[in-house]
Amino acid sequence: MLGKKKQILFSPLEQGKALKKAVSFVPKEIIEQIKNSKLRGCGGAGFPTGLKWELAYNAPGKQKYIICNADEGEPGTFKDRLLITDHAKKILEGMCLSGYAVGATEGIIYLRAEYRYLRPNLIKAIDEMTADSLLGKNILGKNFSFNVNIHLGAGAYVCGEETALLESLEGKRGEARNKPPFPTEKGYLKCPTVVNNVETLCYVPYIVINGPDWFKEFGTIESKGSKLFSISGDVKKPGVYELEMGTSVKEVLDLVQAENTKAVQVGGASGVCIAEKDFDKPLAFESLPPGGSIIVFNKSRDMLHILKNFMEFFVEESCGQCTPCRDGTFRLLEGVKLMEQGRCSIHYLKVLRDLAQTMQIASKCGLGQLAPNSFLSIVDNFKGEILARDRAPESVHA
Amino acid sequence: MKLESMNKQVTEEIQKVVEKYAGRREKLLQILEEINDVYGYLNEYVMKEVAKSLCIATSEVYGVATFYSFLNTTPKGKYIIRLCQTISCDLAGKKQIANALRNELGIEFGQTTSDGKFSLEFTNCIGMCNQGPAMLINDEVYYNLDPEKAVEIVKKYQ
Repeated sequence: MLGKKKQILFSPLEQGKALKKAVSFVPKEIIEQIKNSKLRGCGGAGFPTGLKWELAYNAPGKQKYIICNADEGEPGTFKDRLLITDHAKKILEGMCLSGYAVGATEGIIYLRAEYRYLRPNLIKAIDEMTADSLLGKNILGKNFSFNVNIHLGAGAYVCGEETALLESLEGKRGEARNKPPFPTEKGYLKCPTVVNNVETLCYVPYIVINGPDWFKEFGTIESKGSKLFSISGDVKKPGVYELEMGTSVKEVLDLVQAENTKAVQVGGASGVCIAEKDFDKPLAFESLPPGGSIIVFNKSRDMLHILKNFMEFFVEESCGQCTPCRDGTFRLLEGVKLMEQGRCSIHYLKVLRDLAQTMQIASKCGLGQLAPNSFLSIVDNFKGEILARDRAPESVHA
Repeated sequence: MKLESMNKQVTEEIQKVVEKYAGRREKLLQILEEINDVYGYLNEYVMKEVAKSLCIATSEVYGVATFYSFLNTTPKGKYIIRLCQTISCDLAGKKQIANALRNELGIEFGQTTSDGKFSLEFTNCIGMCNQGPAMLINDEVYYNLDPEKAVEIVKKYQ
């Protein structure tokens, strides 16, 4: 078992307590608390949540929006599904607190189409909280209103990227925007907008109740508190685990009873694939960015097959807007197929590596910038296994 | 429901939906989702009518309709089976499920049965990675599948 354990989201929360406490402070003080807690976004990028709120607070504009990003599409991630199913009111209270802090009266949950079956659950939670005066008009009898609506996505991974999500919310193709302006300045309908991940919002009521110092007691220097991990693949006990930031990969593998592990994919298809030599590394923003997904591969798995699956994913999900991503993902997949057929020269692999690095620099949004991660890490860490395979018969190419 | 040869009803339906959203341009995705729910897909006529009522170019509507995988621009089966093809479900035996469904329905992925009942598609990660292989049939999710179980579930819809 783990030596250090911190359960935040999986510990009980008295509904409305944080809101009652928050309304006795001015909004600026709530922002300070979140800033001091060093809470970072749990969607993957890890942007400081308090700073995001402060930027939106300071941005001029009468109408501001709080968006909950429930477009959980990263392969291997299912923590938000669990939160929406079992902890919906924590999400809503987090949104409401964010609205109070930033000065927003409207909240929107962007729910991915694949989770459409969870919508009734969210609607029920919204109705109950409205009845309890924790949402809606004059919350807790104060001069503060906050409404939450649900917006359904329609099946596009790229909409998890915050500016693509905003485009989609505005009824357009989910194509990432240029930054700046950042969403905190010009987001939904050009209004100052905070986009937070489902999990990030769930931590907020706990921090408001217990204070930033309590949250900071756990974790590492750069990554405070705990984090949910969706763990799947070759393990005996897959599922969602709440672990303290800084927990090592090795500790996680023991916890979920993984055996004969060859590789671990940290952070989903956009993350990196690590080999045994790195299993001692901690899961934290300063080491292995935690993302939220951990997929375990045992020694019977073919790393090239795994890489091919990831690259097929990116080819399909690239929005096609910018060339490095649209063409780059296609060429990398083509390269993987060549390796599979034993027809990729060492020289060509170098060309592909260069291409992958170009994509990291030149792609417009996170999708294209991160898509090469799995390619580079699998090629580098498992070279012996994937290079110079036996040639497939010519006919395969027909 | 066949969309062709019922243009009058379609126009009325579209008006109803667009009015519900007060003709707001930013509600285009919602509008298309609702019409897609009613008819199963969006044809050229629908896109033109929606464009007209929102005062935007048809190409804009077409751009949105073709961007999202849950919006259809060709007729689909009453039930769309979406089998997750992403890594965790792949490791858990997606291929066998795919084969069983192919054999049972007599169609390939990307096709619709001749009676218009089922469409078979692959989809990317649906967040059931700890309980794969998994699939969606319209809005219902099924997980921990094996070939027999998958076929039994599909049969319930027949």
